[in-house]
Amino acid sequence: MIALGVALVGLVALAALPFYLSDYGLGLMIGMAGYVTLASAWALFSGQTRYISLATVAFYGVGAYTIAVLNETMAYPAALACAGLIGAGLALLVGLSTLRLSGIYFVIFTFGLAELVRQVITWFEVNVTGTLGRYIFLDITAREIYWQLLALGAFTIALTAWIMRRRLGLALRVIGDDETVAAHSGIDLARTKLTAFVLSATIITLAGAISSPRWTYVEPLIVFNPNVSFLTVIMALLGGANRLWGPLFGAVPLFLLFEWLSVQFPDTYPVILGLLFIGVVFLLPDGILGGLARLTGRNGKAAR
Amino acid sequence: MTILVLGLVLGGTYALLALGLTIQYGIARIMNLAYGEMTLAAAFVLVFLFNQLGLPPLLSILFVAPAGYVTGWLLYTVMMRPLVARSGGGGKLELDSILATFGLLFVVQGLLLLFFGSNFTSISYLDRGVSVFGVTVALNRLIAFAVCIVAGGGLALALTRTRWGLIMRAVALTPGSAPLVGIDVTRVARQAFALGTALAAIGGTSVAMYQTFSATDGVVFTMKALVIVIMGGVGNVPGALAAGFALGLIETFVATVIDPGLTLAATFAIFLIVLLWRPEGLFGRRA
Amino acid sequence: MSTLLAIDGATKVFGGLKAVNQVSFSISEGETVGLLGPNGSGKTTLINLISGALAPSAGRFGIGGRDMTGRRADVIARAGVARTFQLVRILPSLTLEENVLVPAIFGRKRHWGEAAQALARGALERVGLAESAGRQAAELTYLDQKRLELARALAAEPDILLMDEWLAGLNPTELQEAIRLVRSLSGSGMTILMVEHIMEAVRALCPRSLVMNAGALIADGPTADVLADSRVIAAYLGDAEHA
Repeated sequence: MIALGVALVGLVALAALPFYLSDYGLGLMIGMAGYVTLASAWALFSGQTRYISLATVAFYGVGAYTIAVLNETMAYPAALACAGLIGAGLALLVGLSTLRLSGIYFVIFTFGLAELVRQVITWFEVNVTGTLGRYIFLDITAREIYWQLLALGAFTIALTAWIMRRRLGLALRVIGDDETVAAHSGIDLARTKLTAFVLSATIITLAGAISSPRWTYVEPLIVFNPNVSFLTVIMALLGGANRLWGPLFGAVPLFLLFEWLSVQFPDTYPVILGLLFIGVVFLLPDGILGGLARLTGRNGKAAR
Repeated sequence: MTILVLGLVLGGTYALLALGLTIQYGIARIMNLAYGEMTLAAAFVLVFLFNQLGLPPLLSILFVAPAGYVTGWLLYTVMMRPLVARSGGGGKLELDSILATFGLLFVVQGLLLLFFGSNFTSISYLDRGVSVFGVTVALNRLIAFAVCIVAGGGLALALTRTRWGLIMRAVALTPGSAPLVGIDVTRVARQAFALGTALAAIGGTSVAMYQTFSATDGVVFTMKALVIVIMGGVGNVPGALAAGFALGLIETFVATVIDPGLTLAATFAIFLIVLLWRPEGLFGRRA
Repeated sequence: MSTLLAIDGATKVFGGLKAVNQVSFSISEGETVGLLGPNGSGKTTLINLISGALAPSAGRFGIGGRDMTGRRADVIARAGVARTFQLVRILPSLTLEENVLVPAIFGRKRHWGEAAQALARGALERVGLAESAGRQAAELTYLDQKRLELARALAAEPDILLMDEWLAGLNPTELQEAIRLVRSLSGSGMTILMVEHIMEAVRALCPRSLVMNAGALIADGPTADVLADSRVIAAYLGDAEHA
């Protein structure tokens, strides 16, 4: 109850923040809210089940591109709904073809998915519509984008918290531990994984759709930037992907660090990112929160 | 006929790339997502040696292949071995190796961008036509094909005919019981990973001889190699070779008849068919 | 007594090897049956077929009068089949209580909340692990992991319990304790099919035994008769003329 109160007060404070920030500050907050949402949504499926999805930007880009295509013919909320549906449909397709099989097929499929979607869209635009690159003219202010992302992020974390207390959450954790035991305990593996994956991918698609007006000009190379997938995974892992607040605790410091790095070291930035990523995998296999829990747990035992 | 000849030539490169990946995954148990980046690194080195020092590509293979082996050896010792030790032989290794090599992918790609830039690169090397079965093929493609056949065929023979190959295959089948007959699994895994990297490097040199490439193409190479490995059945060397040629043919067909922009889509389509129809591989036994 | 498990012509082929070959038998409600045979005779494969871990190449499987042939493991679990594993499998990142809650929640009755927790606590108590319900399963000793596995199977409230060498690896004192535990289960009316190598336990617990050799069922009857059967002796010791 207290935790819920603190979270709500924090949310209200975050929502009021744009009235006190410069444009630059607001831009930072938009990026941060976006990545907290992405990392939390990613962890909703991959953190619990340990099925590593490397396709974050495939869905993110599909969301952004859908808005780019539909923004002139449709009202914004309708376009947003379309983006969500397309993302869910794509996730359903990927999930149905890979999630019945061993996890490695899923990883491989998601590994190339963003590049596939990018190439197919490029091909379609060049050969069929003849318009590579589109403009987004929407009457949406930066503040409104921030509020939408904040709401989506809060929704994602609330949804995760709710799922973790339900049958679905326990089923996902059991699958992450041992699929054979899960099946022999009566858990429907395919349906459980598919449900969580579609939820996660739909949120990621919506995050892309909501962020898209920031670009004004959109083309496949811009919206399908593999760095997004990469950052999402490292953020969730750093914080602790199987914990409710883990992705948030990973996303906030890393986003600020990346912003700083990309300004200070524009050329060597990707190399530093990669090394950081490897460092996280080696040194913090359970994330910051998991590492803290282990430390305090050990201390607790020593004291007894 | 054109499709057949060009497809087989392309398939030679793919078969070689898949062979290296299947050895790394099947024997060393490392799912290497940075594989395509290693291929590209070798390709860039070859271009650099050719443009700056005028070193003929065939000679630089003699340098690039051992360099690939040493790189793989070092990577395994420094990066993979601790992960293997940590996993204790469980399923955690697959997860850890996927994540670690995903990080490595960005490191290598970042270095390539840093040193060679993001432009498309190619060299003009022996770019004159030769007639093969009535089809004009650039000589550089034929040489690249010959390189792949020699390297891939030689390795396939070594794996099936020699005592060393027997040890390799033993570890691939039952890593748990190989130590019982006196096999040092760590050493074999390190050799396999290094060898796989060397094959990636040779594949890269063959790519450099006749293709245009850029520093961000690694994902595509890795993806194609992965799909071939799965088509052939994980750890199945003849399967990987056959599937490599098959993918080369299909891709050339799609590129010529439909559109070159859809080759990755074709790869994914094949992947989907394999997943839905025979996930254990086209040439694998049904479990 | 009504038939609970009916197996007709069960066959499983791996490549060219018939791991299970035309096996037919049935088990009635409340029976405790031993499944014996030398290593590699197909016992675990048969357990995997019954529990749905593997799909059969041929044959029909009925559970409680319903045809369950080729159904997924979770469907069979919800039909009232619980199992333990030859190599013990626990859920290491969950607590003991959560481990046992899983089948209570996802099993046939789909309990939730108080009811599920009561069931889980009861199952842990039954195997003597109630004290450590809040501990991580990964911290347990081997014996306690086996106990936890059994508690998990019990929390599924199964009609039939499949035990794959659950008694293996115990010392003599532990074995006596474990035998008492299994006896109390059969005493409470549970139907049990147990793969077992420890003859002492089979004689003590199973009035009836099945024997497999090279994938085929070679004997089915009262345990004492089965163990005296010349074909069974030959299967364990090799043919008489070679021995």
